[in-house]
Amino acid sequence: MENKTIHLLLGDQAIALGALHAGISGVYAYPGTPSTEITEFIQASPLARERGLHSSWCTNEKTAMEAALGVSYVGKRALVCMKHVGMNVCADAFVNAGMTGVNGGIVVVAADDPSMHSSQNEQDSRFYGKFAMVPILEPSSQQEAYDMMDFAYDLSETVGLPVLLRITTRMAHSRANVAVKETAAPVACTGKASVPTDWVLLPGNARRRYLKVIEAQTDLLERAEHSPFNRFTFPTDGKAAKGIVACGIGYNYVMENYPDGCPFPLVKVAQYPLPTEALTRLANACEELWVVEEGQPFVEEQLKGILPSTYTVKGRLSGDLPRTGELTPDTVRKALGLPCEEVFATAQHVVPRPPALCNGCGHRDVYDALNRVIAGYPDAKVFGDIGCYTLGALPPFRALNSCVDMGASITMAKGAADAGCFPSIAVIGDSTFTHSGMTGLLDAVNDRANITVIISDNLTTAMTGGQDSAGTNKFEAICLGLGVEPEHVRVVVPLPKNMEEITRILREEIDYNGVSVIIPRRECMQTLNRKLKQKRAAKK
Amino acid sequence: MKTDIILSGVGGQGILSIATIIGEAATRMGLNLKQAEVHGMSQRGGDVQSNLRLSDAPIASDLIALGNADLILSLEPMEALRYLPYLSKEGWIITSSAPFVNIPNYPDVDALLAELDAQPHVVALDVEQLAKEHQMPKSANVILLGAAAAFLKVLDAPTLRESVARIFAVKGEAVVSLNQQAFDLGYDYVKQLHAQCL
Repeated sequence: MENKTIHLLLGDQAIALGALHAGISGVYAYPGTPSTEITEFIQASPLARERGLHSSWCTNEKTAMEAALGVSYVGKRALVCMKHVGMNVCADAFVNAGMTGVNGGIVVVAADDPSMHSSQNEQDSRFYGKFAMVPILEPSSQQEAYDMMDFAYDLSETVGLPVLLRITTRMAHSRANVAVKETAAPVACTGKASVPTDWVLLPGNARRRYLKVIEAQTDLLERAEHSPFNRFTFPTDGKAAKGIVACGIGYNYVMENYPDGCPFPLVKVAQYPLPTEALTRLANACEELWVVEEGQPFVEEQLKGILPSTYTVKGRLSGDLPRTGELTPDTVRKALGLPCEEVFATAQHVVPRPPALCNGCGHRDVYDALNRVIAGYPDAKVFGDIGCYTLGALPPFRALNSCVDMGASITMAKGAADAGCFPSIAVIGDSTFTHSGMTGLLDAVNDRANITVIISDNLTTAMTGGQDSAGTNKFEAICLGLGVEPEHVRVVVPLPKNMEEITRILREEIDYNGVSVIIPRRECMQTLNRKLKQKRAAKK
Repeated sequence: MKTDIILSGVGGQGILSIATIIGEAATRMGLNLKQAEVHGMSQRGGDVQSNLRLSDAPIASDLIALGNADLILSLEPMEALRYLPYLSKEGWIITSSAPFVNIPNYPDVDALLAELDAQPHVVALDVEQLAKEHQMPKSANVILLGAAAAFLKVLDAPTLRESVARIFAVKGEAVVSLNQQAFDLGYDYVKQLHAQCL
């Protein structure tokens, strides 16, 4: 089947379409920038609807990964998508999926966010792939991302392991023309039965499986050495002054600076494990190696272990490329020692414009009320969480003492209360609460911790653009079910006109010695406006 | 031939809809295109930009290098200045002159506009005001696109104008016509004021 039709696609959309064309049975994901658009593309796809493919949002990345394992068990193909920190949440399932192996193919897309455009760290998901000892693919273009999906599912089923597809923000959220197939493959099924002894990871089975996975590494390495996506260019015969190892989109920044072709020997790495034979050959043909990779120095560190200690390897670890932040054509140009353009100086009358909560947003009223109340409690600590409401840490509210990971507001508030902090308050959004807050609340209930939890419910996963939130209409029932006392589950409507009632309830619940939950509930302005717009359009 | 454009503005102003129209035209003309966008947290009223690269040759990087942009196309004057180091020495700034003040420490407006005016190649027009005057309040960004049309090098104005129609086609004939008027308004404004530069 030839690629024929040209579509203008985001990297995320190219991945989604590639997966659909490879015959997946479903996508399993929790929204997270920059991965969200993969699942959204499948949700909007007529083909997915026609085929009845699974595409609704999961409660978190772990439930997504495990559901995909179930799909694989019965011989079908599944796609799992998340932002990089989602890999931490599903790590237990992901690493052990390497142990069980797969029947139907699984591709896990991890979207890393160097420069932390919308994230709290710069972790590089390739380490997870190596840790779980599974193949990793890292596309350098939207076209390659599309083409890799079919390849990835075949690879996953051939080697019997999940495949990790690692992308970064710039690949996820950049659009380009992509040539795609005109017809999709039918929904795939291996037709094989899974063997329970491979999937029941009791020590006896697990030890046998682990040896299998280790044995498979030779094959994985061989496949990477001959991967159609790893490219080797040796333009000169003699020894070159330097050689370049360019990974994923790092390759683009190198080529941008050599518009007439790279004059140095170059290995483009897009499939791992690291093709060590090719890289050793490259090292032998050059005086030194430069590693241009997005994220952490994953390849550079490994090369230092493969090559003699006297051999010079330069990159982000050595400090020859910036250690943090995403690569740019400029940082790569400077590192390669090419002359830089003379540019206009930075303008004088420019100040930062940080994001802010929308006008009319219910979180604003929550913080307004909270700030009024805790003004009377000088020792109060407010533990925040991940979402739009994290912006409450910035002026004018400056209301938060922490924001660490999904769900940490409740558990940190509990720990602080255990250690004598009063009042100890958690602020968490509705979607984050069902993602990772419920278990922490159970801990607090079981210990009768003296905390006040605010579940600021805007009926959606707002930060990532308004996706369905798993707990909508269920929060009171969840809290009661976890054992919060009914008289300490309070619902308010966060509006300026209700300020007196909200502050009174906040004070009452802070003063109650035990677990209280306050649920300010009002729809997100973004989703509300979108619905009103749609209504108006429908009327016309 | 290539045209590298930095699109800038404030989250929610609609720079991505300008990019969509240019993208449609470029794809129809068989040009190569790369367009890096900002999604996520910054869209909540923060500064947003998109790197849009068009070329008849293959494009390697999704990002534009410093000093290489042919155009800064901005819906807000301070956001136009923010990306000055990316503009090539011969490049043009096409921007709305209306400040969008959503931060307490927004710079002195007169000083900011004076700095903008002091740049060698600038077209600053109050697209919001023009849109209001011509009863097309939602089309300020299309007026700006019209103003930029003469500078796009790899794409001509009639092609872009047709893309305006194609993009708005789903919203009906009236919306298409209004947005083509908006496009012409921006285009004619620049032609009159800057005929000598073009």
